[in-house]
Amino acid sequence: MGFRVSQNGEVTLVEVEGQLIVGNRQELKQQVLEQLETGDRKFVIDFANTGYIDSSGLGVLVSLSKKIREQGGELRLSSLNEDLRTLFELTKLDTLFRIADNKDKALQGF
Amino acid sequence: MIDPHQPKSRDLVLELPTDIRSIERAVEYVIGRCPACAEQARLLQLNFRVGLTEALANAMLYGNCHDPSKRVLLEIAFQLGRIEARVTDQGPGFDPSAVPDPTTPENLTRPCGRGLFLMRKLLDEVCYNDQGNQVTLVLKLEPGDILEGGVQA
Repeated sequence: MGFRVSQNGEVTLVEVEGQLIVGNRQELKQQVLEQLETGDRKFVIDFANTGYIDSSGLGVLVSLSKKIREQGGELRLSSLNEDLRTLFELTKLDTLFRIADNKDKALQGF
Repeated sequence: MIDPHQPKSRDLVLELPTDIRSIERAVEYVIGRCPACAEQARLLQLNFRVGLTEALANAMLYGNCHDPSKRVLLEIAFQLGRIEARVTDQGPGFDPSAVPDPTTPENLTRPCGRGLFLMRKLLDEVCYNDQGNQVTLVLKLEPGDILEGGVQA
Protein backbone atom coordinates (compact mmCIF):
# COMPACT_ATOMS: atom_id res chain seq x y z
CA MET A 1 0.00 0.00 0.00
CA GLY A 2 1.46 3.32 -1.04
CA PHE A 3 1.66 6.09 -3.58
CA ARG A 4 3.79 6.31 -6.69
CA VAL A 5 4.49 9.83 -7.91
CA SER A 6 5.78 10.54 -11.41
CA GLN A 7 5.98 13.47 -13.79
CA ASN A 8 4.34 13.42 -17.22
CA GLY A 9 5.32 16.73 -18.75
CA GLU A 10 3.59 19.38 -16.68
CA VAL A 11 1.32 16.87 -14.99
CA THR A 12 2.06 15.19 -11.70
CA LEU A 13 0.65 11.67 -11.70
CA VAL A 14 -0.02 9.98 -8.36
CA GLU A 15 -0.93 6.31 -8.49
CA VAL A 16 -2.64 4.91 -5.40
CA GLU A 17 -1.63 1.35 -4.66
CA GLY A 18 -3.98 -0.61 -2.40
CA GLN A 19 -6.34 1.58 -0.45
CA LEU A 20 -6.89 5.23 0.33
CA ILE A 21 -8.22 5.22 3.85
CA VAL A 22 -8.06 6.98 7.18
CA GLY A 23 -4.73 5.27 7.91
CA ASN A 24 -2.80 6.66 4.92
CA ARG A 25 -4.71 9.72 3.72
CA GLN A 26 -2.23 12.12 5.36
CA GLU A 27 0.62 10.55 3.42
CA LEU A 28 -1.14 11.27 0.13
CA LYS A 29 -2.01 14.78 1.24
CA GLN A 30 1.58 15.48 2.23
CA GLN A 31 3.00 14.17 -1.06
CA VAL A 32 0.62 16.22 -3.21
CA LEU A 33 1.05 19.38 -1.15
CA GLU A 34 4.84 19.06 -1.42
CA GLN A 35 4.50 18.93 -5.20
CA LEU A 36 2.12 21.89 -5.08
CA GLU A 37 4.69 23.88 -3.09
CA THR A 38 7.36 23.20 -5.67
CA GLY A 39 5.15 24.77 -8.33
CA ASP A 40 3.24 21.84 -9.81
CA ARG A 41 -0.32 22.81 -10.70
CA LYS A 42 -1.70 19.93 -12.74
CA PHE A 43 -2.41 16.69 -10.91
CA VAL A 44 -3.90 13.34 -11.82
CA ILE A 45 -4.60 10.78 -9.12
CA ASP A 46 -5.03 7.35 -10.62
CA PHE A 47 -6.92 4.52 -8.92
CA ALA A 48 -6.25 1.66 -11.33
CA ASN A 49 -4.64 -0.33 -8.53
CA THR A 50 -6.89 0.86 -5.72
CA GLY A 51 -9.31 -1.49 -4.04
CA TYR A 52 -11.07 0.84 -1.72
CA ILE A 53 -11.46 4.48 -0.65
CA ASP A 54 -13.18 5.35 2.62
CA SER A 55 -14.86 8.61 3.59
CA SER A 56 -11.57 9.99 4.93
CA GLY A 57 -9.96 9.23 1.59
CA LEU A 58 -12.81 10.96 -0.23
CA GLY A 59 -12.40 13.87 2.14
CA VAL A 60 -8.71 14.27 1.44
CA LEU A 61 -9.40 14.33 -2.30
CA VAL A 62 -11.93 17.12 -1.75
CA SER A 63 -9.44 19.00 0.40
CA LEU A 64 -6.60 18.61 -2.11
CA SER A 65 -8.80 19.67 -5.00
CA LYS A 66 -9.71 22.84 -3.14
CA LYS A 67 -6.09 23.67 -2.29
CA ILE A 68 -4.93 23.03 -5.85
CA ARG A 69 -7.71 25.18 -7.27
CA GLU A 70 -6.78 27.97 -4.89
CA GLN A 71 -3.31 27.92 -6.47
CA GLY A 72 -4.78 28.08 -9.96
CA GLY A 73 -4.37 24.38 -10.68
CA GLU A 74 -6.59 21.37 -11.19
CA LEU A 75 -6.88 17.86 -9.81
CA ARG A 76 -8.28 15.15 -12.05
CA LEU A 77 -9.04 11.54 -11.15
CA SER A 78 -8.84 8.40 -13.25
CA SER A 79 -9.49 4.66 -13.37
CA LEU A 80 -12.26 4.35 -10.80
CA ASN A 81 -13.51 0.78 -10.67
CA GLU A 82 -17.21 0.01 -10.32
CA ASP A 83 -17.16 0.06 -6.52
CA LEU A 84 -15.22 3.30 -6.30
CA ARG A 85 -17.48 4.93 -8.87
CA THR A 86 -20.45 3.88 -6.76
CA LEU A 87 -18.97 5.68 -3.74
CA PHE A 88 -18.37 8.83 -5.79
CA GLU A 89 -21.91 8.71 -7.18
CA LEU A 90 -23.53 8.12 -3.79
CA THR A 91 -21.68 11.09 -2.30
CA LYS A 92 -22.18 13.16 -5.48
CA LEU A 93 -18.44 13.74 -5.66
CA ASP A 94 -18.61 12.62 -9.27
CA THR A 95 -20.03 16.10 -9.89
CA LEU A 96 -17.04 17.76 -8.22
CA PHE A 97 -14.22 16.04 -10.09
CA ARG A 98 -13.27 15.51 -13.67
CA ILE A 99 -12.99 11.71 -13.82
CA ALA A 100 -11.35 9.90 -16.74
CA ASP A 101 -11.62 6.24 -17.63
CA ASN A 102 -7.87 5.79 -17.40
CA LYS A 103 -4.73 7.78 -16.70
CA ASP A 104 -3.88 8.24 -20.37
CA LYS A 105 -7.20 9.93 -21.02
CA ALA A 106 -6.75 12.04 -17.90
CA LEU A 107 -3.32 13.17 -19.07
CA GLN A 108 -4.49 13.91 -22.61
CA GLY A 109 -5.27 17.56 -23.11
CA PHE A 110 -4.39 18.55 -19.56
CA MET B 1 -13.83 -1.36 30.32
CA ILE B 2 -16.63 -1.11 27.81
CA ASP B 3 -19.86 -2.57 29.10
CA PRO B 4 -22.28 -2.66 26.18
CA HIS B 5 -25.62 -4.34 25.98
CA GLN B 6 -24.95 -7.92 25.09
CA PRO B 7 -26.24 -8.90 21.66
CA LYS B 8 -28.31 -12.03 21.32
CA SER B 9 -25.37 -13.94 19.94
CA ARG B 10 -21.82 -13.01 19.15
CA ASP B 11 -19.75 -15.03 16.77
CA LEU B 12 -16.78 -12.69 16.85
CA VAL B 13 -15.69 -10.24 19.51
CA LEU B 14 -12.71 -7.95 18.97
CA GLU B 15 -11.47 -5.28 21.32
CA LEU B 16 -9.43 -2.81 19.32
CA PRO B 17 -7.03 -0.09 20.42
CA THR B 18 -7.81 3.45 19.40
CA ASP B 19 -5.38 3.23 16.52
CA ILE B 20 -6.62 3.83 12.99
CA ARG B 21 -3.93 1.48 11.69
CA SER B 22 -5.84 -1.40 13.28
CA ILE B 23 -9.01 -0.80 11.26
CA GLU B 24 -8.00 -2.35 7.96
CA ARG B 25 -6.75 -5.53 9.58
CA ALA B 26 -9.83 -5.90 11.76
CA VAL B 27 -12.18 -5.43 8.80
CA GLU B 28 -10.24 -7.95 6.73
CA TYR B 29 -10.38 -10.42 9.61
CA VAL B 30 -14.16 -10.09 9.94
CA ILE B 31 -14.88 -10.27 6.21
CA GLY B 32 -12.64 -13.31 5.92
CA ARG B 33 -14.90 -15.09 8.37
CA CYS B 34 -18.24 -14.12 6.86
CA PRO B 35 -20.04 -17.24 5.66
CA ALA B 36 -21.28 -15.68 2.41
CA CYS B 37 -21.40 -17.22 -1.01
CA ALA B 38 -19.60 -15.84 -4.04
CA GLU B 39 -22.61 -13.98 -5.41
CA GLN B 40 -22.78 -12.01 -2.18
CA ALA B 41 -19.14 -11.00 -2.42
CA ARG B 42 -19.83 -7.47 -3.60
CA LEU B 43 -22.18 -6.84 -0.70
CA LEU B 44 -19.37 -7.83 1.62
CA GLN B 45 -16.49 -6.22 -0.21
CA LEU B 46 -18.25 -2.91 -0.82
CA ASN B 47 -21.26 -2.39 1.44
CA PHE B 48 -20.12 -4.19 4.57
CA ARG B 49 -16.47 -3.19 4.22
CA VAL B 50 -17.36 0.48 3.83
CA GLY B 51 -19.92 0.46 6.61
CA LEU B 52 -17.73 -1.32 9.14
CA THR B 53 -14.65 0.73 8.29
CA GLU B 54 -16.58 3.96 8.70
CA ALA B 55 -18.10 2.85 12.00
CA LEU B 56 -14.69 1.91 13.41
CA ALA B 57 -13.10 5.13 12.16
CA ASN B 58 -15.88 7.22 13.69
CA ALA B 59 -15.49 5.38 17.00
CA MET B 60 -11.75 6.05 17.13
CA LEU B 61 -11.61 9.55 15.67
CA TYR B 62 -14.76 11.14 17.06
CA GLY B 63 -15.94 8.77 19.81
CA ASN B 64 -12.67 8.11 21.57
CA CYS B 65 -11.11 11.31 20.19
CA HIS B 66 -7.84 9.53 19.31
CA ASP B 67 -7.30 8.72 23.00
CA PRO B 68 -4.97 5.69 23.02
CA SER B 69 -6.11 4.75 26.53
CA LYS B 70 -9.61 4.05 25.20
CA ARG B 71 -10.76 0.94 23.35
CA VAL B 72 -13.34 0.08 20.70
CA LEU B 73 -15.43 -3.05 21.03
CA LEU B 74 -16.50 -4.82 17.85
CA GLU B 75 -19.07 -7.60 18.06
CA ILE B 76 -20.20 -9.59 15.05
CA ALA B 77 -23.15 -11.94 14.77
CA PHE B 78 -23.67 -14.08 11.69
CA GLN B 79 -27.39 -14.79 11.47
CA LEU B 80 -29.55 -16.41 8.84
CA GLY B 81 -29.42 -14.09 5.83
CA ARG B 82 -27.82 -11.22 7.67
CA ILE B 83 -24.69 -9.97 9.38
CA GLU B 84 -24.93 -7.74 12.40
CA ALA B 85 -21.97 -5.67 13.57
CA ARG B 86 -21.98 -3.65 16.76
CA VAL B 87 -19.31 -1.01 17.40
CA THR B 88 -19.00 0.58 20.83
CA ASP B 89 -16.60 3.34 21.80
CA GLN B 90 -15.79 4.85 25.17
CA GLY B 91 -16.67 8.41 24.27
CA PRO B 92 -19.58 10.54 25.47
CA GLY B 93 -21.62 9.79 22.36
CA PHE B 94 -23.13 12.10 19.78
CA ASP B 95 -26.42 12.93 18.12
CA PRO B 96 -26.44 11.23 14.71
CA SER B 97 -29.48 13.25 13.63
CA ALA B 98 -27.35 16.39 13.87
CA VAL B 99 -24.94 15.25 11.15
CA PRO B 100 -25.70 17.26 7.99
CA ASP B 101 -26.27 15.75 4.56
CA PRO B 102 -22.86 15.87 2.84
CA THR B 103 -24.39 15.81 -0.64
CA THR B 104 -26.11 19.20 -0.49
CA PRO B 105 -24.38 21.93 -2.51
CA GLU B 106 -23.24 23.81 0.58
CA ASN B 107 -21.68 20.68 2.12
CA LEU B 108 -20.28 19.02 -0.98
CA THR B 109 -16.84 20.61 -0.66
CA ARG B 110 -16.46 19.89 3.05
CA PRO B 111 -13.62 17.42 3.66
CA CYS B 112 -15.53 15.44 6.32
CA GLY B 113 -18.99 14.21 7.18
CA ARG B 114 -19.44 11.38 4.68
CA GLY B 115 -18.89 8.37 6.95
CA LEU B 116 -22.32 8.14 8.52
CA PHE B 117 -23.92 8.98 5.18
CA LEU B 118 -22.17 6.06 3.48
CA MET B 119 -23.10 3.71 6.31
CA ARG B 120 -26.75 4.62 5.91
CA LYS B 121 -26.65 4.35 2.13
CA LEU B 122 -24.87 1.00 1.94
CA LEU B 123 -26.25 -0.94 4.89
CA ASP B 124 -29.78 -2.11 5.53
CA GLU B 125 -29.95 -0.87 9.11
CA VAL B 126 -27.86 1.65 11.06
CA CYS B 127 -29.02 2.19 14.63
CA TYR B 128 -27.39 4.15 17.46
CA ASN B 129 -28.04 3.67 21.14
CA ASP B 130 -29.50 6.54 23.14
CA GLN B 131 -26.08 7.71 24.30
CA GLY B 132 -24.74 7.73 20.75
CA ASN B 133 -21.57 5.78 21.49
CA GLN B 134 -22.73 2.48 20.04
CA VAL B 135 -23.84 1.75 16.51
CA THR B 136 -25.38 -1.44 15.21
CA LEU B 137 -25.05 -2.20 11.51
CA VAL B 138 -27.08 -4.80 9.66
CA LEU B 139 -26.36 -6.14 6.20
CA LYS B 140 -28.89 -8.49 4.63
CA LEU B 141 -27.37 -11.12 2.44
CA GLU B 142 -30.27 -12.39 0.37
CA PRO B 143 -29.11 -12.63 -3.23
CA GLY B 144 -30.51 -9.97 -5.52
CA ASP B 145 -30.89 -7.26 -2.92
CA ILE B 146 -30.96 -3.84 -4.50
CA LEU B 147 -28.62 -1.34 -2.97
CA GLU B 148 -29.25 2.34 -2.87
CA GLY B 149 -27.60 4.05 -5.76
CA GLY B 150 -28.95 1.43 -8.12
CA VAL B 151 -26.34 -1.20 -7.41
CA GLN B 152 -27.42 -4.80 -7.81
CA ALA B 153 -25.76 -7.40 -5.63
